[in-house]
Amino acid sequence: MVTSPLKRRLGYAIRYALLGVTAVLLVYPFIYMLSTSFKPRSIVLSDPLQVMPSDPTLENYAEVLGLHSFLRYFINSAAVAIVSTVLIVALASMMAYAFSRLQFPGKRILFTAIVVGLTIPTMMLIIPQFLLARDLHLLNSLQGLVPFYVGTALGFNTFLLSGFFESIPRELDEAMLIDGAGPWRRYWNLAIPLSKPALATCVIFAFLGTWDEFAWALTVLNDTDVRTLPIAIALFQGQHSTSWGLVFAASLLAIIPVLIVYIVFQRFFVAGLTSGAIKS
Amino acid sequence: MTTPTAAPLTGARRSATSRRPRFVAAGTGRREILAAYVFVVPGFALYALVMLYPAVQTLLLSLRDWKITPGADSPWVGLDNYIRAFADPVFLNSLVNAVVYTIVTVPLQIVIGLFLAALLDGKLPGRVAFRVLFYLPVVTSWVVVSLLFQYIFSSNDGLANFIAVDTLHLADANINWFQGRWTGMLAICALGVWKGIGWSMIIFLAALTAVPRELHEAAAIDGAGTLARFRYVSLPAIRAALSVVAILLVIGGFNVFISVLLMSGGGPGNQTQVPLTYMYDQAFKFLNFGYGSAISFSLTALVLVVAAIQYWWTRRTMRS
Repeated sequence: MVTSPLKRRLGYAIRYALLGVTAVLLVYPFIYMLSTSFKPRSIVLSDPLQVMPSDPTLENYAEVLGLHSFLRYFINSAAVAIVSTVLIVALASMMAYAFSRLQFPGKRILFTAIVVGLTIPTMMLIIPQFLLARDLHLLNSLQGLVPFYVGTALGFNTFLLSGFFESIPRELDEAMLIDGAGPWRRYWNLAIPLSKPALATCVIFAFLGTWDEFAWALTVLNDTDVRTLPIAIALFQGQHSTSWGLVFAASLLAIIPVLIVYIVFQRFFVAGLTSGAIKS
Repeated sequence: MTTPTAAPLTGARRSATSRRPRFVAAGTGRREILAAYVFVVPGFALYALVMLYPAVQTLLLSLRDWKITPGADSPWVGLDNYIRAFADPVFLNSLVNAVVYTIVTVPLQIVIGLFLAALLDGKLPGRVAFRVLFYLPVVTSWVVVSLLFQYIFSSNDGLANFIAVDTLHLADANINWFQGRWTGMLAICALGVWKGIGWSMIIFLAALTAVPRELHEAAAIDGAGTLARFRYVSLPAIRAALSVVAILLVIGGFNVFISVLLMSGGGPGNQTQVPLTYMYDQAFKFLNFGYGSAISFSLTALVLVVAAIQYWWTRRTMRS
């Protein structure tokens, strides 16, 4: 475009000013949380605009990390999230491969069932899911969370991946077919290596979804030993209703894995979101 | 409990053995078909067990007076649970709250998200950093942000009171946000908007990036300014994205749950209940599983109807 350097610089300045103001407004709650987590217990809720605590302390973090239970909940959440993520990506990619590359009777019906399931809000199913978990003896255990986390995430991930597999040129499949490669080899040596960005998107969404899951865990977990982090943090607030510094120190520690995954893989977020949203 | 999932699968297997010529013709023999089922069945069986079967069960449970004790008789009551729901002032109130939440949060998320996407569209050093920042609330868990906003709106010297009372002088004394219906809903809506802006921004940004540069350049040569180019080039090109975002946000608005549960708990006295928190209370506090299922099913049906109307309306306006 033909624009003078001065005009372009003015445009940048206006955009930066507007973006900067919005960024401060949107990020301020996080700064508020961070600052509160470093304030001593007694002066919490003093001056909301004072970002740097006058007397910063690590006592909240020390107390949270000193709790034996916090470490346990962290490990619980990590174990459930990792096992669920592996299963979600494995099962969804297999289904997606069959839907996009193999021919079999009943294919259209099964795929329609997956797409229809995308319109069902998971919360609508919580009562019958609870009864199902009770009958299968999956209540009140970490292993019991996994089948439900995997089953509810399969629809979206299968849909996302089959869209991606469709975009792989069919000629590649045919070339391997001529060499005598069976479906397993074409899936493992062709589709999977070519789909790394889409698989990364699935890994991110599956991990974050299970790491943060709250409603189902709240419903089926009872014993303190088997709690996951979101449950622990919510209950923590109930027990220490005035110790906000403590609650936020725990919250920020729980956010760290999310932040790492998010910042490292942030470009995959855009790809996953847009392919998921625009196609549906 | 596993039988309902077995039914469609055995049905599919049976038809697999009756080889149809077109599958053979496509160069995929019986072994390929068998392999396809090995790929599909493990995932689909689990999906059917925890999604499809419970979806049917929600409807069936809602038609019964469900007794939680094993072996107890749970009589069929027809539409009684639905009749009870639509005569229950708390449920009707909760629907009004969900409508208010949706009407307040959806337009704000769309307008602010679109505004930010427009600012970030095109060449701008550092745009990725802004995008990452704006999306941060979206990736943070609902539990953490709900507690954070409960603190911001806490009754004493929270940030919200500091702004509303000490800075803007909207009230004489500190407001007890969660002691009233509309002040409580305001806090819940504030969180909904803050958490959702980044999501709509990302979708709009992707749609805007896909608009061909040549269109902008042609419009610029014709003398169109920045605002005119946005109005006549960008906006028409992202109408599909706009309608998808609007539909998904409306569905999400009616399904608001964790923020209400953790911030107000539906209180004071059920005044800030939304359908899902009321359903949850009925099911897991009072063990009214049948009644809870009727609330779930009514909400889902209602949301699907609203989404269908939105879809139909966008299709119609897009054609004209």
